[in-house]
Amino acid sequence: MKYILKKVTTMLITLFVVSVLVFFSFSLIPGNPALSKLGTEATPERLSALEHEMGLDKPVVERFGEWFTGVLRGDFGRSYSYNQSVTSLLKEKIATTLILSVMAIVICVVISLPLGIFMARKSDSKLDIVFSAVNQIIMSIPSFFSGIILTLIFGITLKLFTPGAYVPYHSDLIKCIGYMFFPALAIALPKISMVSKLLKDTVIKEAGKEYVRTAYSRGNATKAVFYRHVLGNALIPVITFLGMTFADIIAGSIIVEQVFSVPGLGRILLTSISGRDYPVIEAIILLLAFFVVLSNLIVDLLYHKFDPRIHV
Amino acid sequence: MKRRIIALLLVSAITAVALCGCGGDKTEGGSSKITIGIPQDLEDSLDPHIAVAAGTKEILFNIYEGLVKPDSDGNLNPAVAEDYSISDDGLTYTFKLRDGVKFHNGNKVTADDVLYCIERNADDGSGNALISAFLNIDSYSADGNDIIIKLKEADPDFLQYMTMAIIPKDNANPDTNPIGTGPYKYVSRSPQENIVLKRFDDYWGEKAYIEDVTLKICANADTIVMDLMGGSIDFFARITTAQAAQLKDSDYEILEGTMNLVQAMYLNNAVKPFDDARVRQALCYAVDPDEIIDLSFDGKGTPIGSSMFPAFGKYYIEETNDVYNKDIEKAKALLKEAGYPDGFTFSIKVPSNYQPHIDTAQVIVEQLKAIGVTAEIKLIEWDSWLSDVYTGRDFEATVIGVDASSMTARSMLERFVSDSSKNFINFNDPEYDKLLKEALTTVDDTKQTELYKQCEWILTNDAANVYIQDLAQLVAINKKFTGYEFYPIYVLDIAKIKPAE
Amino acid sequence: MERSKKVKLITGLVITALVIIMAVWGMIKTPYDPYSMDTSAKFAGVSLKHVFGCDQFGRDIFSRVLVGVRETMFISACVVFIGAFLGTVIGTVTGYFGGWLDEFLMRINDALLAFPSVLLALVVIGLFGSGKYQLIVALGIAFIPSFARIVRGEVLKIRNLDYINAVKLYGASNFRIIVVHILPNLKTVLLSSIIIGFNNAVLAEAGMSYLGMGVAPPNPSLGRMLSEAQTYIFTSPLAAVFPGIVIAFMILGFSLLGDTVGK
Repeated sequence: MKYILKKVTTMLITLFVVSVLVFFSFSLIPGNPALSKLGTEATPERLSALEHEMGLDKPVVERFGEWFTGVLRGDFGRSYSYNQSVTSLLKEKIATTLILSVMAIVICVVISLPLGIFMARKSDSKLDIVFSAVNQIIMSIPSFFSGIILTLIFGITLKLFTPGAYVPYHSDLIKCIGYMFFPALAIALPKISMVSKLLKDTVIKEAGKEYVRTAYSRGNATKAVFYRHVLGNALIPVITFLGMTFADIIAGSIIVEQVFSVPGLGRILLTSISGRDYPVIEAIILLLAFFVVLSNLIVDLLYHKFDPRIHV
Repeated sequence: MKRRIIALLLVSAITAVALCGCGGDKTEGGSSKITIGIPQDLEDSLDPHIAVAAGTKEILFNIYEGLVKPDSDGNLNPAVAEDYSISDDGLTYTFKLRDGVKFHNGNKVTADDVLYCIERNADDGSGNALISAFLNIDSYSADGNDIIIKLKEADPDFLQYMTMAIIPKDNANPDTNPIGTGPYKYVSRSPQENIVLKRFDDYWGEKAYIEDVTLKICANADTIVMDLMGGSIDFFARITTAQAAQLKDSDYEILEGTMNLVQAMYLNNAVKPFDDARVRQALCYAVDPDEIIDLSFDGKGTPIGSSMFPAFGKYYIEETNDVYNKDIEKAKALLKEAGYPDGFTFSIKVPSNYQPHIDTAQVIVEQLKAIGVTAEIKLIEWDSWLSDVYTGRDFEATVIGVDASSMTARSMLERFVSDSSKNFINFNDPEYDKLLKEALTTVDDTKQTELYKQCEWILTNDAANVYIQDLAQLVAINKKFTGYEFYPIYVLDIAKIKPAE
Repeated sequence: MERSKKVKLITGLVITALVIIMAVWGMIKTPYDPYSMDTSAKFAGVSLKHVFGCDQFGRDIFSRVLVGVRETMFISACVVFIGAFLGTVIGTVTGYFGGWLDEFLMRINDALLAFPSVLLALVVIGLFGSGKYQLIVALGIAFIPSFARIVRGEVLKIRNLDYINAVKLYGASNFRIIVVHILPNLKTVLLSSIIIGFNNAVLAEAGMSYLGMGVAPPNPSLGRMLSEAQTYIFTSPLAAVFPGIVIAFMILGFSLLGDTVGK
C-alpha cells in the first residue's frame, strides 16, 4: 500500500513537472498565436486587440497560474483556432487515438505471444533462421512506410478498405475498428517482431535454468512445466517491455495517423504547433504524458504483484 | 495446443472484423452527395468579416453573399441587392434590396441587416475598419428597401468591397454558427476532420445541384493521391502536377486553370546585397522561369514579369516577361559591377506547407549556382513565415505566391508603396509612390489603367523581385461529376458542380 | 548457438561495411552531382547510366542515396552521441551521488521520458525551427532520458559493490572512482544501448522527415527521399524502393551486430 502511494505521488510530481516544462517552453517559442490567426491582414491595432482578447498580454507566471488552476478543475481553456473549449475539441480525438493505440497493443499481444512461444520451441529448426531474418527486416522498416505499403496492397490493389474513408467511432464502432485495423497493424508490426523475439529469447533462457531441469527430472509433464514455470517467468520482461513501448506506440500513431488520414490527436497536434494554438498543445502533451505515466505505473504495479521480491 | 488455437481464432476474428468493416464502404452511387478534399481546416474563423485565410474564404464563398457577387468571368453581378446605381460623380451608391432573399435560418434579409454589416466592417469598436476602404464612407442609410452609401472621395474600386458578406444582425455567434444567404448552409464541423454543408432550398437564385457536401480535410498532401485512388474523396481543387500524373487512367478528370497569384522569389530590398538593383537584376537574369515550370510543374504555368497576372486582363502586361531572358554572362557582369565578382551566399525562407514553392526554390538554388551565388533553403512553418518574414521583414529572400484580395489592380500594387504596412519586401521608390497615389484617385478608367501599368514597369525594371509565374491550378474531379468553373479569384464554387449524367 | 552467433556477426559486419562504404563514397565523390537537375531525365528508369533511375527533377537517385546515407548516418551518429554523452553524465552523477539532485533530475527525466521522443522532438523543432542541426539537437535531447535512466540503474548497481567501498576506504576521490572504476564497467550496457539508439535515431529521422521536419531540400536524407517518393509511388515506385532498402539494410546490419555484443 505504501508502495502504491509512493508511486502515485511520484506520478503526480512528474505530471506537474511536465506541465511546467510545457507551459514555459511554449512561451519562449518565436511566433505569436494572435498573429497566426490574423494572417496577412494583421495591423498593429488589430493585433494588440486580439492579444488582449486572448489574454496574451498578461505576464507568463500569471497565465500559468490561471491555466494550472483551470486544469485542476478539468478546464483546459479555449482553443484559439476553433473558438471552442479544448475539452470538447479533444474528446473525440483522444478516443480515436486511444482506440488506435489499444488496437495496436492488442494486435501486438495476440500475434506475438503465440508466435514467440512457437518460435522458442522451434529454435533449433531451419524455420528459426527464416523467422529471425523476417523479424529483423520488419523491425527495420519505418512505420509510416509500412503504412504506405499496407495502403497500396490492401487498399488500392486488394480493395479491402478505402484509404482515407475513416468512419468516426461514434457513428459506427464496428466500421471504425475495421478501418483502424490497418493503421494499427502498421504501428504494431515492428513491436510484434520485437516482442516475439524477446519472448523467444527469454523462454529459451528460462527453459535452460536449473529449476526447470529439476522439474522435468522429477517426471512432471512437459507441457505443465512449460506453462507453469517457464512461461510465467518469461512473461515478466515482456510485460515490462509492453509498458515501455506504450509511449512508442502513441508516437507511432501520431505519424501513422497521417498516412491513413485518421483524425486523431496527431493531426490536431501538428496543426496546433504550427498555428501556435497553445491551449490545445499543452492539453495534448499533458494528456499523452498522463497516459504514458499511467501505463508505467500499471506496469510497476503488475511487476510488483508478479514478483514480490522487487522493491524499488 | 488449445491456446494456440484460441490465439489463431482471435487473429482471424480481428481480421474478419477488419475485412467486413471495410468492404462495403465505397462512396454510394447516388451523386447528390459529394466529398471534397480541402488542404486545411478553416482555422481562423467562420465569421466572414473576420476570416482572412484564402483557404477559409474560398469555402465561405458558398455560405455567404454580398450585395453583389463575382462570377467566373470576374464581373460583379447583383446578388442580395437586385440592382444598384452609382451617381455621376462617383460618390453616391444606391443598392435596391432583392425581394424575398432569405437567410439560412428562414428570416428575410432586411435593410437593417445590411446597415449592421456596413457598420461592423467600418468600425470594429476600437476605431479600426475591418475593410480599410470603408474609412472613405461619409454616411450610409436605408430608405425602405434602398441602401444609400455616400463616399468622401470617389473610389472606382468601391463596388468590389460590396461583395462583403451579409449576415443577420441578430446572430450572436457568427463565428461558430454561420448564417448567410448563399446556396449552401452550414451543418456541422469536426476540427481537422470535416465540415458538412447542405443545399439551401430557399436560395433566391439558381439552386445548387448537389444536396450534401462534405469537406474533408486532407492536411497531409502525400495521401491525397491515395485518397483519390481509393475513392474516399471525389474532388480536390489544387493538386500538383506530380499528383495529376499519378491519376492518369483513373476515374478522375484533371481540369486545368490558373491559380491567379504572383509566384516570385520576393527579395528584401532593404538588406545587403539586395539593396542594390544590379544584384536583383543579376538574379533575374540567372533565374529561368521556363525551366522552373518545366522541371517542377511539367510545363504547366504562365511565366510572368511583374506583380500582375493574366486574369487581370487590361492591367496585365505580357512584355514585362521578356525583360530578363536568361543571360548568365550579363548576370555575372552585373554582379561584378555591384562589387560581388565571386557571388555571395543568402538564404531563401520557404513555408514548409506548400510543395510547389519548395520545388520552385529547389530549382532556383540550382540555377543560381551558375553565377556563383549560393542559396540555401530554410523551411519554416507558415506561422513563422507570417511573423518573421511578412510582419517582421526578417529575411533575405522568400518564395511565395501573392494573390489579389479583390479584383482590383490596387490590391496587387498598393503593397509596394514605401510606407504600406503590407510592403514586406521594403520596396522604396518615390516615383512609384507618386504614380500609385495618383492612380488611386483617378476616376477615368483609361488614364488609371495607364498609371497602374507604369507602376508595374517600375517593379519590373527595378527588379523588385524575381518574378516567376502564375501557377497552373489542377483540379481532380471524379468523372461522376461535372460543371466545375474556374474563377479569377480564389474561390471554390460548389453550387456549379453537378452529377455527370 | 555459437554458430548462429557467428553467422549473425559476419552478416552484420558485411552489411554494415557496405553501408559505411556507401557513406564514405557519398563523402568523396558521387557518380553524378546529386543536386543537378535535368528535364530530359525526369523519372528515368533503371539503366546503366542511372543504376537506381532518376527522381522528379531528373536527379540521379543512386548519387542521392549515397549522399543520403552519409547525411542519415551523420544525423543519427550525432543524435546518439548527444544522447549517450549527456545521458551518461547525468546518469552517472545522479546515480553515484544520489540525494536531492538525483530526485530533482530524475523527476525531470521521468517527465521527459513520458513524452514519446518524436513528440519531444516536435516541440524542440517548434522552438528552434527546422533544419539539419535543429533536428540533431531535437532528437539528441529526446534521446538523453533513456540513456540517463539505463546508466543510472547500472551505476546504482556498481556503486554498492564491495570493491568500490574498498577503494573509497583507501581515500580515492569521487572523480577518480567514477572515471577509473565506474565508467569502464558501463561499456557493455552502453554499447548495446548505443546500437539500439542508433537504429531508433535512423527511424526517428525518417519519421520526422515524413512530418516535414527533417533536413531542408534539396539536401537528401534517406527519410526525406522516402517520404517525397510517396507522391510518385504509382508511376515511379523505384524512387521509394531504393532509399527504403538502404534504410532497412542500415538498421539490419546494426541490429545483427547488436545481437552479438553484450550477451
